[in-house]
Amino acid sequence: MAPPPHRRPGFSRKAQYGLFATYVIAIAGTAVAALLLVISVADPTGFAALRTLGAEITAPVARFFNSIRRTTLDAGENMSAYFDAASKNAALTKETKANRTKLIEAKALRVENARLRGLLKLKDETNEQVAVGRLISSTASSTRRVATLSIGSSDGVERAQPVRGPAGLIGRVIETGPTTARILLVTDAENLVPVMRASDGLPAFSTGLGNGFVVIKPLNLGESPFKVGDIIVTSGNGGLYQPNIPFARVIRKTNDGALARPLADPANSPYAIVMKAYQGEAQAAQQAIAPDGQTKAIAE
Amino acid sequence: MKNPVTAIRLPLRPGREYESRFDREQSTLKMLAIPISSVVIASMITALPFLIQQPLLPPFGFLMLLAWRLMRPGLLPVWSGVPFGLVDDIFSGQPFGCAGLLWSAAMLTIEIIDSRAIWRDHIQDWLIASLLIIAILLAGLWIAGMAHAAADPVVLLPQIVLSILLYPLVVRICARLDSWRLAT
Repeated sequence: MAPPPHRRPGFSRKAQYGLFATYVIAIAGTAVAALLLVISVADPTGFAALRTLGAEITAPVARFFNSIRRTTLDAGENMSAYFDAASKNAALTKETKANRTKLIEAKALRVENARLRGLLKLKDETNEQVAVGRLISSTASSTRRVATLSIGSSDGVERAQPVRGPAGLIGRVIETGPTTARILLVTDAENLVPVMRASDGLPAFSTGLGNGFVVIKPLNLGESPFKVGDIIVTSGNGGLYQPNIPFARVIRKTNDGALARPLADPANSPYAIVMKAYQGEAQAAQQAIAPDGQTKAIAE
Repeated sequence: MKNPVTAIRLPLRPGREYESRFDREQSTLKMLAIPISSVVIASMITALPFLIQQPLLPPFGFLMLLAWRLMRPGLLPVWSGVPFGLVDDIFSGQPFGCAGLLWSAAMLTIEIIDSRAIWRDHIQDWLIASLLIIAILLAGLWIAGMAHAAADPVVLLPQIVLSILLYPLVVRICARLDSWRLAT
């Protein structure tokens, strides 16, 4: 369709000035938007209040559709469980038998571990969960991988707390509102997680790729020591994530590390647990002594 | 069309039976609210539970804005990219001001194209929209990379393809909304 001939408004001065004004407003508005962008690039946590407000407004709708989505998923799983129920039952029985001895060994190890910890007088800060919620939406059209959680500061959720699902680590809290919180997923390029190989404790770092995978880079240089199928868990270094949270499974070896897929899939995670920061007290004490450490922790 | 007297039916709105059938004015509220709310609601679609591991959902707010702008030139003012973009920034997860700047630049670009190529068909509009979608998504990645660590541009490929393919659908929705908007 041809545009209406508003570009040549005739002899009317008023119309001419009006047309001119729209262009002036457009250019000025673009400049203002550019200025806002510069501010938000310089201080990424700025405008968090606006984003939180948006999340709070849309949260009821997201919760509603998420419950529908979950119900249909559950119904599908329940129905598919009826097929091949007999063969699955046999396989599970065999597996349970095999696991029983391992379980007893693990119990013995746990007792021994607790005894050794008692000898060393280590304070155990593990398994302190703050609240349990659900992931209700994510920034599906942006290159940033940020998800919205259905619980917020009214449930005790605070910034920089780790979030995990039943299968593994999901991410950490970056912004909180009264009933929602925003979570930086482990697959975001911004999210660095200190990890180790579960079998031998080989220390490494994980960075998100933004496409659902993470890159695992070992701390010591040289040829990549990883093998396909290696299980990666968090190492607890840095004091944010607790050690031994299941993290990812290596799917391809690269020159200087490995490509891995996170074990927790935010879309299929039935719930998300917000946990206290591992060694949060030690971290707080350290930041009270060194203020520059604090500024680094605030900049996301 | 006047109903014949013999037709037996219950009128839903008895008042309309006696109104004039021509020269009726459209509701001003409807004429303004439908384009504005359709773009804003399209921007809010990311708030629905799409938990995807990579950027895949097309920027529906931008597609809707493009559709209105290319289908009905002169309806949205040149500066409308700024407010629509800032609303989108609240929900998109990009740094605040990103869409405000980029959408406004896109509106100005279409304004320049309008002065060059006046008579266009749907395919040409689709081409213009496709180029703008590619530019906006790549620029959005670049801007997100200035504030945070950025992903590789290859991750945008599926989203770009999906957005370009879904544009005609958004135009259809927009056309339906337009006929509802102008109905008396």
